Amino acid sequence: MPLLRLESVSRDFDVSRPWLNRVIEGAPRRMLRAVDAVDLEVRRGETLALVGESGCGKSTVARLIVGLYAPTEGRVEFRGRRMQMIFQDPYASLNPRWRVRDIVAEPIRILDPEKKSSVKRRVSELLVQVGLSADDGDKYPHEFSGGQRQRISIARALAGEPDLLVCDEPTSALDVSVQAQILNLMTELQRRLGLTYVFISHNLAVVSQVADRVGVMYLGRVVELAAAAELFSRPRHPYTRMLLDAVPDLQMSGKARTPVAGEVPNPLDPPTGCAFHPRCPHADERCRRERPSPVDAVACHAVEEGRI
Amino acid sequence: MILSLEGLTVQFPTRRGTLTAVDDVSFAIAPGEILGVVGESGAGKSITGMAVIRLLEPPGRIAGGEVRLEGRRIDNLPHEEMRRVRGRKIGVVFQDPLTSLNPLYTVGQQLVETITTHLPLSRAQARERAISLLQEVGIPGAQARLDHYPHQFSGGMRQRVVIALAIAAEPVLIIADEPTTALDVSIQAQIIALLKRLAQGRGTAVMLITHDMGVIAETSHRVAVMYAGRIVEIGPVRDVIHAPRHPYTVGLMGSIPRIVSSRTRSRLTQIDGAMPRLNAIPRGCAFNPRCPRRFERCLVERPALLSAGASQSACWLHAPAAA
Repeated sequence: MPLLRLESVSRDFDVSRPWLNRVIEGAPRRMLRAVDAVDLEVRRGETLALVGESGCGKSTVARLIVGLYAPTEGRVEFRGRRMQMIFQDPYASLNPRWRVRDIVAEPIRILDPEKKSSVKRRVSELLVQVGLSADDGDKYPHEFSGGQRQRISIARALAGEPDLLVCDEPTSALDVSVQAQILNLMTELQRRLGLTYVFISHNLAVVSQVADRVGVMYLGRVVELAAAAELFSRPRHPYTRMLLDAVPDLQMSGKARTPVAGEVPNPLDPPTGCAFHPRCPHADERCRRERPSPVDAVACHAVEEGRI
Repeated sequence: MILSLEGLTVQFPTRRGTLTAVDDVSFAIAPGEILGVVGESGAGKSITGMAVIRLLEPPGRIAGGEVRLEGRRIDNLPHEEMRRVRGRKIGVVFQDPLTSLNPLYTVGQQLVETITTHLPLSRAQARERAISLLQEVGIPGAQARLDHYPHQFSGGMRQRVVIALAIAAEPVLIIADEPTTALDVSIQAQIIALLKRLAQGRGTAVMLITHDMGVIAETSHRVAVMYAGRIVEIGPVRDVIHAPRHPYTVGLMGSIPRIVSSRTRSRLTQIDGAMPRLNAIPRGCAFNPRCPRRFERCLVERPALLSAGASQSACWLHAPAAA
């Protein structure tokens, strides 16, 4: 029984011109489909990563999971106790007027008011757990560096004793040496507390470092879903291959790279058939006409037909 | 050498004392060469670039050292003269293309203005040149795109326009400050390829400032690693990446996540702590509180760049044993 299940979840956003323009100019209503019929399962104790370029809908999925957005269609099923979210920007997600101990205590005060008497001890425990000191509770967020602030966000998320943590680009705003600290911390916490992560990132190398399974998103859809080791050694969808080819090569092996062509299309006016076909070297008539459904967790006609 | 820096020092006088953001930085870039300048936030890499083009935010000022462009000193030129050098000889590409483009003018107007300011061409000739520039940076339908406004371009295309503007007056030096950071990985690869092609084809020297070692590995010939305002290691890109000499570079390289396709995942190397703030740079080597290999000398004496294999490294580990 998965901890979390998304059943053909879609989310539309209304991007119409203002009412007056619609009345006077007769401009039509316009809907943007940010997430399109996404099916996902997250198992207890694993890290499922969602990866893709900007505008692919990965952050919208995160917000659908935690209920910050309601799905337009489909359903989200959660069989755990609680979930918490960790955001990208540790400067925006902590209240600058609160002391750190109040920030970390807030979930306990709201969710577990019966534990009020032990809040102080619990906050100290949490701060130590994320690599800060208990005395740091007296300080304000501005007294900390970006990496330390992200540690505070993690302590706050853990305060509610969640079984699922949804992390939306948790290290993208951090320097690389600090990113390593946070990724190591998250891995350790997962092992120690048996946490389940949904990990959203645009960075394939970071994802390969933390994920058990990876979903690759393109224009609102999951185009490939596979075990991490599988995906990175044998990518199947042409878009996954293109993404992997585009990652700068730190080994400087001088391997020939397929040049990446084109850009993500405008989601207001998505291409017909497979959304990736204008950039795909394997696209044929069927790809332009017919949208592929996932077969064996890959949504691609060429893979299904055995052409690639 | 196209660009050479000798002991460049940039300071910010503040009420609570003078902060040294760039401290005694020296390097040179040859024609057609791409020098990567890499470091984490606050290392001083962008300020070094801004000092070269003399666009430091006040109260920042060049407090010492020399900057030479094609052998001529430019750090003490009068403002008006510097303005001409900046437009004609140095092209600049920033992280966010929207800060470099005026939203109220078409891309063509901005290109033509730049070209006619710096080159002796008529407007019609400038327009022709603008079209060929857009073609050169890989913008499809260049002729029609000339009359579009910046907001009508995608992020990747906008950065191409900015690069076209940067090379419009055929500069000898391009300073690119995080040119790919705001872009998606597939677009980033395209912009990297473009920068490389331009440096090769035109013999332009490029100072590429970035926090991304991957971008450096793909483009640069040599790389300078900065920490707390100083260059801690400089050398050929292969040596610095495969055999880093300075303990900071070693830690930095180890902390970069790589794509691992096997099930066995190892912990990332981590450098504990964070880069010191400018008002609290430690005595001796600035890296010593975080350094796993520090010894007594590191606490009291600041190391200069010392020879270490094909590179130079500012670390006492490389001091000749006799010293």
